[in-house]
Amino acid sequence: MIQNTGSDTLVNLALAWAERYMTLNPEVRIAVTGGGSGTGIASLINGTVQIANASREMSKEEIALAEKNGITPVRFTVALDAIAVIENPANPVRGLTLRQISDMYTGKITRWTGVEGDERPIVLLSRESNSGTYVYFLDQVVRLGDSKNKALFSPETLLMPSSEGIGSEVRQNPNAIGYDGLGYVTADQKMVAVARTDAGPYVLPSAVSVHDSSYPISRPLYMYTAGAPSGEVKKYLDWIAKDGQGIVTELGFVPLVEAAK
Amino acid sequence: MRGRVRGGRASEFAMETLIRVLGFSTIGFVLLIFLFLLREGVPVFFEVPLKGIFSSHWYPTFGFFGTLPLILGSILVTVFSIVIALPLGVATAVFVREVAPRWVRDILKPIIEVLAGIPSVVLGFFGMTFVAPFVRVLGAPTGLTAFTGAFILAYMALPTIISVAEDALDSVPRSYRDAGLAMGATRWQTMWRVVVPAARSGILTAVMLGMGRAIGETMAVMMVTGNAAVMPSSLAALFKPIRTMTSTIAAEMGEVARGSTHYHALFGIGIILFVLTFLINLAAASAIFQKKRRGGLR
Repeated sequence: MIQNTGSDTLVNLALAWAERYMTLNPEVRIAVTGGGSGTGIASLINGTVQIANASREMSKEEIALAEKNGITPVRFTVALDAIAVIENPANPVRGLTLRQISDMYTGKITRWTGVEGDERPIVLLSRESNSGTYVYFLDQVVRLGDSKNKALFSPETLLMPSSEGIGSEVRQNPNAIGYDGLGYVTADQKMVAVARTDAGPYVLPSAVSVHDSSYPISRPLYMYTAGAPSGEVKKYLDWIAKDGQGIVTELGFVPLVEAAK
Repeated sequence: MRGRVRGGRASEFAMETLIRVLGFSTIGFVLLIFLFLLREGVPVFFEVPLKGIFSSHWYPTFGFFGTLPLILGSILVTVFSIVIALPLGVATAVFVREVAPRWVRDILKPIIEVLAGIPSVVLGFFGMTFVAPFVRVLGAPTGLTAFTGAFILAYMALPTIISVAEDALDSVPRSYRDAGLAMGATRWQTMWRVVVPAARSGILTAVMLGMGRAIGETMAVMMVTGNAAVMPSSLAALFKPIRTMTSTIAAEMGEVARGSTHYHALFGIGIILFVLTFLINLAAASAIFQKKRRGGLR
């Protein structure tokens, strides 16, 4: 039995892989659960899972803790993901720069008029701090990728316990802005085109814009194993890196290698 | 004949011992849980200076462990839920006990019990999809506010408040009602000026138990209060998101590495929560004692 826990961003993809793999190899059992990257990594450190899904890299502290428990984490990149900035379809704002998004999330801009939108207050939505998406968004967007920047999410930010929590609030509330993995954006949420600088270009997230790096907020998704994998775990990871990539696009993620056109 | 009696005694002894062991084991378990909580939570008071623990910034992943917004958030939601639930609950209890005809009472009582059985996650979902949009229409920037949480919690505390308050009204002797009516008071006056005040301490117990229920609730609160660790500074905070102690523990427990400061901080919150609930229960218990001393009246 392979235990596989972690990132809520990855959980649907991990489930799809596990199901496909188990139909191909009926003798293998894989149990997949979510909970957030932090949860998966904590489980790996505590030695309760063989594979942890993570949408961020393990921190130095986490690796040190794992090694204290006699576990050397090994990282595998399994897919790519774009983080979409989403808002209510009734919101007229179509594009934002990274700086504008950062100013909104740090509380410098508190009304949509500050980004040429309606006369409305901004309601900031974020995942809980155990989410890898939270950490990534903080580093790359709120802190603009500057490691010296110590900015934090505004305390007014609503921390939602799930992707669905963000989704339902964005659907209902024209004041809201949120972010989520591309695979989780539904038709009744509006994606915002994002630009690196004021000069543009403003780009919507997609498999193409991730591969040509024109969309600024994309990241690799990882699986961590406890030590170099062997046996079933190794076979499974090898399969994910090759045949498993075939179903990545179906679930709204971006495959490691650009699909042949 | 004799043998059977002896056998009966032996089994009685065994039974008594068993029951005694079970009874004491409950106390033992509570003690063990409390000791565990202390062992895991107390280190935070050494790792983080007291000023840091009672500051207003809760960013546990970045070393800020200010629990004040969480404590105030919990208190705000709980107190306001009782503000909503108390008049509703007491009025319902009075109606069920004093006004409603027998057949209405027979229908209402089981329905109130069913209300107690609704899982909190269902109420949370209801709050998220129906109450929150309504609160936003009232003018709040988002519907996920302390008020929404208090509203849902009021619903969860209601069954407790109603049934305990009803028992309290029930224990007011008939002679009080008769005396009231004989003095020329109307039925309404008798109810509000005689019967309800006579059941005051029982109603207080009902409130305390409802409060204990509300402050410990997690799932529904986590779903509807927005979980932003903001200091509730004025009454306007009621229509802003807050973060409670319980949802903080629930949301963050999964992520922490065992033995880290964050882990100890979450157990520290658990201790604070435990102390608060303990104080509330103590208040409820002392209200019950008072009631006993005064023969259930006053």
